[in-house]
Amino acid sequence: MSNRPGTSGLIFKEPQLWDKSSEGRCAVSIPRTDVERSELDKKYVGDAPDLPQLSELDVVRHYTRLSQWNFGVDSGMYPLGSCTMKYNPKTNEVQAARQGFAGAHPLSGEEFSQGALKLMYYLEKYLATITGFDAVSLQPAAGAHGELAGMLVIHAYHAKKGKQRSKIIIPDTAHGTNPASATLCGYQSINIKSGEKGILEPEAVAAVMDEETAGIMITNPNTLGLFEDNLKEIAGIVHEKGGLVYGDGANMNAIMGVVKPGEIGVDVLHLNLHKTFATPHGGGGPGSGPIAVTKELEPFLPIPRIEQEIDTYKLVTDCPDTVGRLHTFYGHFGVMIKAYSYILSMGAKGLKDVSTYAVLNANYVKESLKDTMNLPYDQPCMHECVFNDENQREFHITTMDMAKRLLDYGFHPPTVYFPLVVDGAFMVEPTETESKEYIDQFIDAVKAISKEAETDPDKLKKAPYLTKVTRLDEVTAARKPCLRG
Amino acid sequence: MRYLPHTKEDIKSMLAVTGHSSVDDLFECIPEQLRTKQGMELPEALSEWDLDAHMEALASQNIACKDYKCFIGAGNYDHFIPAIIPYLISRSEFCTAYTPYQPEVSQGTLQGIYEFQTMITELLGMDIATASHYDCGTALAETALIALRKHRKANKIAISALVHPSHRQIVETYIIPAGYQMVEIPYTKEGLTDVSAIDGMDDIAGIAVQSPNFLGNIEDLSSFRAAADKKKIMFTVSFTEALAYGLLKNPGSFGADLVAGEGQSLGIAKTFGGPGLGLLAGTKKLMRNLPGRLIGKTKDTNGDNGYVLTLATREQHIRREKASSNICSNNGLNAMTAAIYLATVGKIGIREIAQQNHDKAFYLKSCLEKSEFTPVYDSSFFNEFVMKAPEGFAAKRNELIKENCMLAGLSLEQFYPDFKDHYLFCATEKVSKEDIDQLTKEVQP
Repeated sequence: MSNRPGTSGLIFKEPQLWDKSSEGRCAVSIPRTDVERSELDKKYVGDAPDLPQLSELDVVRHYTRLSQWNFGVDSGMYPLGSCTMKYNPKTNEVQAARQGFAGAHPLSGEEFSQGALKLMYYLEKYLATITGFDAVSLQPAAGAHGELAGMLVIHAYHAKKGKQRSKIIIPDTAHGTNPASATLCGYQSINIKSGEKGILEPEAVAAVMDEETAGIMITNPNTLGLFEDNLKEIAGIVHEKGGLVYGDGANMNAIMGVVKPGEIGVDVLHLNLHKTFATPHGGGGPGSGPIAVTKELEPFLPIPRIEQEIDTYKLVTDCPDTVGRLHTFYGHFGVMIKAYSYILSMGAKGLKDVSTYAVLNANYVKESLKDTMNLPYDQPCMHECVFNDENQREFHITTMDMAKRLLDYGFHPPTVYFPLVVDGAFMVEPTETESKEYIDQFIDAVKAISKEAETDPDKLKKAPYLTKVTRLDEVTAARKPCLRG
Repeated sequence: MRYLPHTKEDIKSMLAVTGHSSVDDLFECIPEQLRTKQGMELPEALSEWDLDAHMEALASQNIACKDYKCFIGAGNYDHFIPAIIPYLISRSEFCTAYTPYQPEVSQGTLQGIYEFQTMITELLGMDIATASHYDCGTALAETALIALRKHRKANKIAISALVHPSHRQIVETYIIPAGYQMVEIPYTKEGLTDVSAIDGMDDIAGIAVQSPNFLGNIEDLSSFRAAADKKKIMFTVSFTEALAYGLLKNPGSFGADLVAGEGQSLGIAKTFGGPGLGLLAGTKKLMRNLPGRLIGKTKDTNGDNGYVLTLATREQHIRREKASSNICSNNGLNAMTAAIYLATVGKIGIREIAQQNHDKAFYLKSCLEKSEFTPVYDSSFFNEFVMKAPEGFAAKRNELIKENCMLAGLSLEQFYPDFKDHYLFCATEKVSKEDIDQLTKEVQP
């Protein structure tokens, strides 16, 4: 037990901001008034918003204490399946903070923004060679935004062909954002089941694919951590009927340098720079969700596009077939800088090593824990593996209990209850940046908890014990919502 | 590679457990014909110091590498960012966490965003604010979808022609594939949205008006509320300059149903336009129609206060194709940045900074008038306004950037073809009287 990283320690209580507020305090240096006061017409003027009044130290202490109640990748292992919680290199933060980038106004004009445009141009090129596509757009602001962009491209393609279609095929292993993005394009989701081996069978696709169907959305590797072996055949079936294949690249971390989705039948793919390319998740964002497409689909990409003209770079908006604009300016440039720095730091060999060790770590966890937790699909996995709580059910212990107890041991729990095809799923994605030692500690923790499930199940039911708060009443939170102080 | 911890020994012993003979065998489960034969054409990996040099060389090709004076806004504003903001937000417990799915170890993010929601509702006078969106344009598109879905019958959304041009384009991108249409509400000679045009518009589910509008003018929001009431449709207010509401009457006081705004002004660096911060707020009645994350207050099993993600049944991971939106990741860290900014400036600071923005802009306008620029509108403005420039200003403007590091005015012709020689100017608390006087001197014909 001494091997557990989790322990108790002193943390601080901290009230809400307004409970610390005291009339007359202000934590900002008020600028010097050097021009005359100009009174705005009274009919437009409101009362000053009632924001908290604090000193600078009040603010610093408040957010320092809050931060100490959080668990991040820098705190410990965060094997959240499908989220790729790898280490976020600090040099990338330094690069993004450079005055020439952070201080750049988006409407400075192309001539005065060449550094930013060049970076975006080359990042597009790099992402294209990594994925095997012809063109990339960096406009989408997050993964789901990239999915929407990709579906809009498919929608625009069918419109251009002269006949819009009404349906889209979505496997049961898909992220929830897939059907939600398809709905925004007016497509009805046709949900199909994966086969017994946890991957899609061509027959299942052939049975529903018709000339009313716009295409299929496939995550590869899928959310069970398995490679979709039949992808090429499935793409053939979809293309045969005039449909397109959308690739959800959320799990690209498994296959860099090994598989290029653009070479095996995928027509449009989104990437999550905040997963595969090591930019921080920020407690929920901002991310960045570029899309990569084949030559045929390039005219439909969102505007603006970036083009090179000899040695200068320009923004192009005159694209008659474009799906339109998706972001006020040019997407999440600040995130792009970090992904670009990451790719340059890794090089081609480094990125292939990333995928290799991500897959090695996941297979190591799978083999080490398959006698402890149930493994519904016992096959070689890619970057993640999915267990469930079947072995613990006789003790009335659930995946949630296991997950909460892991917190006491000092680990962020895996993704739980997703994918939906596994009842009580416990989805582990260690990522390549975890060392064997950290992973062994995690494995030991899961084994120890499994033992506790047998010997002291009541203890697990009430876990966690060492966290700032214990289990929270989510039912009342939803029934009687209190969304502001 | 310093991010990859695997030693040869580690690899050997791990492969022994997985049952593979080499690391290449790990990919044997992928059919041979699906594996790529092409390498990735990437530059040789750089050391950290080589990367520094490479990146600084790129950054120095942007005008922003110099200490330039910014007299433009148009959706991205040059405000002072107090040192404690980047300092606190770079705490890696905030930065390297995921969406707070495990509330017991995410109370920092959760309380922080709950406080953000609270301060945004206070700033905007609304009942509920979401935990953020990508930017104002995408937030505005979501409000259009809410209005259209709620109405059920009408097929169009009416957006003021003085809403930021990019935002109008984003709305179209979002709603047209779903079978809806956008119509524009024209503007008057005063540079204000023509409220009288709404009456004659048919089949509309809602109206959206930006204030201060893209030309900088403050709209009479009460007249739009009345126009929306007459048609029994939804009224959305948008804005690109959040600090304006440190001084102006908030959208809630005019009865807005929905508010979509840009929060970049609240402590977030310009960063070539992104990531900014999409603000999205609504009335209590619309709580279950709002897209994206919401944080709620609750109790733990000991009866202590705590915070959780709530009302998830609206969201894609539960509702899938029936979700209120497809949004998953938002701009959470920038929402936290804005919260720290609002806590830092507080009630006194936000009012004073907002007032100073207005003062500087007013002074800039009066100076430009003396330099043969013609004011175009008489309407009240916050920190942006339109001037018709004297002949030859376009060339002068380029020279000012190169020679004086001054970004002076944004040509409006690219957005509104009729606005030849019209420039949108902005002044914030960051420019001094001296800067303005120098600009005036430089543009003196």
